[in-house]
Amino acid sequence: MSDLTRKTAAELAELMTSKQASSVEITQAHLDRIAAVDGAVHAFLHVDTEGALAQAKAVDDKRAAGEQLAPLAGVPLALKDVLTQEGVPTTAGSKILEGWKPPYDSTVVKRLKAAGIVILGKTNMDEFAMGSSTENSAYGTTHNPWDLTRIPGGSGGGSSAAISAYEAPLAIGTDTGGSIRQPGAFTGTVGVKPTYGGTSRYGLIALASSLDTPGPCARTTLDAALLHEAIAGWDPMDSTSINQDVPPVVAAARNGDVAGLRIGVVKELGGEGYQPGVEARFHEAVELLTKLGAEVVEVSCPHFQYALPAYYLILPSEASSNLAKFDAMRYGLRVGDDGENSAEKVTALTREAGFGAEVKRRIILGTHALSSGYYDAYYGQAQKVRTLIARDFANAYEQVDVLVSPATPTTAFAIGDRIDDPIAMYKNDLCTIPSNLAGNAAASFPCGLADEDGLPVGFHVMAPVMRDDLLYQVGGALEAALADQWGGVLMTKAPELEVTR
Amino acid sequence: MTAQVLEIDDALAQYDPVMGLEVHVELNTKSKMFCGCPTEFGAPPNTQTCPVCLGLPGALPVVNAKAVESAIRIGLALNCEIAEWCRFARKNYFYPDMPKNFQTSQYDEPIAFNGWTEVVVDGETYRIEIERAHMEEDTGKATHVGGSTGRIHGATHSLVDYNRAGIPLIEIVTKTIEVPGDKAAAVARAYVAMLRDLLLALGVSDVRMDQGSLRADVNVSLKPSGSTVLGTRTETKNVNSFRSVERAVTYEITRQSAVLASGGKILQETRHWHEDTGITTSGREKSDADDYRYFPEPDLVPVAPSREWVDELRATLPELPSARRGRLQEDWGFTDLEMRDVINGNALEQIVATVELGVPASAAKKWWLGELARSANESGVELDALAVGPAEVAEVQKLVDEGTLNDKLARQVFEGLLAGEGTPAEIIEKRGLALVSDDSALLEAIDRAIAANPDVVEKVNSGKPAAAGALIGAVMKDMRGQADAAKVRQLLNQKLGI
Repeated sequence: MSDLTRKTAAELAELMTSKQASSVEITQAHLDRIAAVDGAVHAFLHVDTEGALAQAKAVDDKRAAGEQLAPLAGVPLALKDVLTQEGVPTTAGSKILEGWKPPYDSTVVKRLKAAGIVILGKTNMDEFAMGSSTENSAYGTTHNPWDLTRIPGGSGGGSSAAISAYEAPLAIGTDTGGSIRQPGAFTGTVGVKPTYGGTSRYGLIALASSLDTPGPCARTTLDAALLHEAIAGWDPMDSTSINQDVPPVVAAARNGDVAGLRIGVVKELGGEGYQPGVEARFHEAVELLTKLGAEVVEVSCPHFQYALPAYYLILPSEASSNLAKFDAMRYGLRVGDDGENSAEKVTALTREAGFGAEVKRRIILGTHALSSGYYDAYYGQAQKVRTLIARDFANAYEQVDVLVSPATPTTAFAIGDRIDDPIAMYKNDLCTIPSNLAGNAAASFPCGLADEDGLPVGFHVMAPVMRDDLLYQVGGALEAALADQWGGVLMTKAPELEVTR
Repeated sequence: MTAQVLEIDDALAQYDPVMGLEVHVELNTKSKMFCGCPTEFGAPPNTQTCPVCLGLPGALPVVNAKAVESAIRIGLALNCEIAEWCRFARKNYFYPDMPKNFQTSQYDEPIAFNGWTEVVVDGETYRIEIERAHMEEDTGKATHVGGSTGRIHGATHSLVDYNRAGIPLIEIVTKTIEVPGDKAAAVARAYVAMLRDLLLALGVSDVRMDQGSLRADVNVSLKPSGSTVLGTRTETKNVNSFRSVERAVTYEITRQSAVLASGGKILQETRHWHEDTGITTSGREKSDADDYRYFPEPDLVPVAPSREWVDELRATLPELPSARRGRLQEDWGFTDLEMRDVINGNALEQIVATVELGVPASAAKKWWLGELARSANESGVELDALAVGPAEVAEVQKLVDEGTLNDKLARQVFEGLLAGEGTPAEIIEKRGLALVSDDSALLEAIDRAIAANPDVVEKVNSGKPAAAGALIGAVMKDMRGQADAAKVRQLLNQKLGI
């Protein structure tokens, strides 16, 4: 049998259906791969070997008993450490939650389990999903499998690195300002931010409640769509969840026909500050879509220029409130509880020790932005900008079906390059943030390697609320066309990782 | 500890009080405000909790539709406007028994606002303007252990019970209340009592003040008589009986006036109410700079009650207490004074129930405000906690109507009932209480009375029939009260030929 870790999720599912491989074999192959390469990549914070094999065995037993199984049953997956899984350590990349084992499953995990998807373990991330490089994790940096001296993107660097290092065929990320799409772009994989409310946030440790969206990470468009379908849909436990049918994403990924589709290139997302190699691959991809029959026009979204500052007021405001519950009293870390310190002092000492610099920076920023006398100038203004950006999208979608841009202005940068320059770091989310502010669907698909550094470039597609299927339609078309050019998906161009045992 | 106070009359001679009342009501919904946990009172600590009400990482709230309905009904009963669209907000502050370290509440967009209601004190009607009624969640409950006072100071540790965390609360806030100073405390009390009755009538809360399901914060400020400039207010927290509301207002008036009269300044602060001593003491100093960093709760979608729903709720509001009282007073033919006695005696519901069993209102009132109220008072319980209920009253009254008992005997039956001696029939049997209706026994007693009182017979015979009353008294005494007085009179008159 050829290496099971090189298969796509769809291929693995087919192998299991045709009884050529069991879930236990497939799971074990991925656990072995993790053991071999994760020392260098550091995509995982926790590998649940026993749990994963038990889940795999259960699926195999069901299959043997002739039970009707969901499409991805038995396929392994890597879970971003920000989603609760009962009894499995969940830290959100923070010291303050070290050792916490949630007593409940998040809705996403519930659905994964119900679909028979095997959870291999928890992946590394920037602390509380704050960061665009996975350098802010309290548990060390994740390395980009394309070039181990580079960051994999953030905050979901662990999830995207896991799939690009072939440690898992599928992963779950969460996207607040680009945390699925940006690492997707940097690792040459597919990353989808579903429509806000299209996937449940229940059990997702909140960064910014009005922006956070769980979504699929995969190496192919179809795999992402299959995973999307498994986790999406209305959840009565999440008040902001949308009570509508999941868009037909799998059908759209398989269809991949863009003839007659109107595609808008966002004028404001390009030009100065964009790496030439990124722009070159982006424009080639647009041309490719034109050749496939799409109608391409330039569209203006004038308020996108204010998205970044608005985002960096709304996010810390919500985060400052969401993180208030980490008070050292009921779970996670507790520092200074020696009988001498007051409860307030224990809380303060624990937060001092348990929160990293970026988290503290944003808590202070958010607390200030919400405080009386500043609310209107900061938070209030930011909300107005948000409305204007949503209006830009609405106007644009009157002219076109989807909008496109590069996913990031640059390719993956070197570890340590921007860690001391928060603003430079924040600017990496320029293209992805507007979709979070407006709540619409967006995705990054691999569209080639930049000439300068040979690193992957992401093609960013944005679609109206609950039209996630359009993302997959474009992604599917692009992937098929590029695979013809390259003789396979982009990931096949990735360098082999050195295997250590 | 005890502050200098003025006599209330002296205080009111110099200052006019201005009040504001914030009443917190725990709703009696089956589940909590934002999760499905049960809300039963008195369950073992932390047995009615889940990730949501414990504020665990990742957990999300979902609004309890029944709580919204209750909030709207309360708003409508207080003549409020109901918001077409409103939101929850986060009130960010740290409190050990608040799991998320913010309270999900409503801020500038309450579900109900701009209402009014009325209270009656000493026959005068006072209008109370309602600023707003908004929805929020209750906190958990901390118990401080190891100290002598039960307070946090001196305690060695604290225990937190989150069963109460997340129980739906409605906070009803009045606009400033300005009434004649000598009525202020009574109006405050009457307002809270009126709210209790209203909430009971709506069926939205158990309104058990002893269990904290109705708690009042009492704001009081003073201004020099005739002035229009508001003074600095204090907020006395968690006052939990009608009497305490009244006492707390009076105490703050007398305390603040003493401070002002001696040239001092009132601090804007929260104050603790002490039930045992009837005073308030300084709590936390509260300045306007208190910064809760409110912002719209991003975990919840806005609440937008449709007008159809609001109209439907309006149409199905029960008869409200004030209207009901007017109707009952008319039905029963009571005077204002009689009705006030009924209300003040807390006997309204008992009388209603008794009348519904066919007892005339006057008789029901007689028993409930007489014999039964006295007994309740002596044993320090509410009327509804007595061993005698409307059914027993109706049964005894039936025996009176049938001529088996007179009022005096009936009182003895009640005595037996209250002492748990059995059913009315058993008590009559055991105590030998039934009226003697046997003519021969009455005639024998009449003969004995006539024989024993020749002087009275003489008077009657000499043309003074009124003197016969003494003979009736003698017969009744002979019969130990167990004779029908009318019957005795009739037989005696026959005998004496008058």
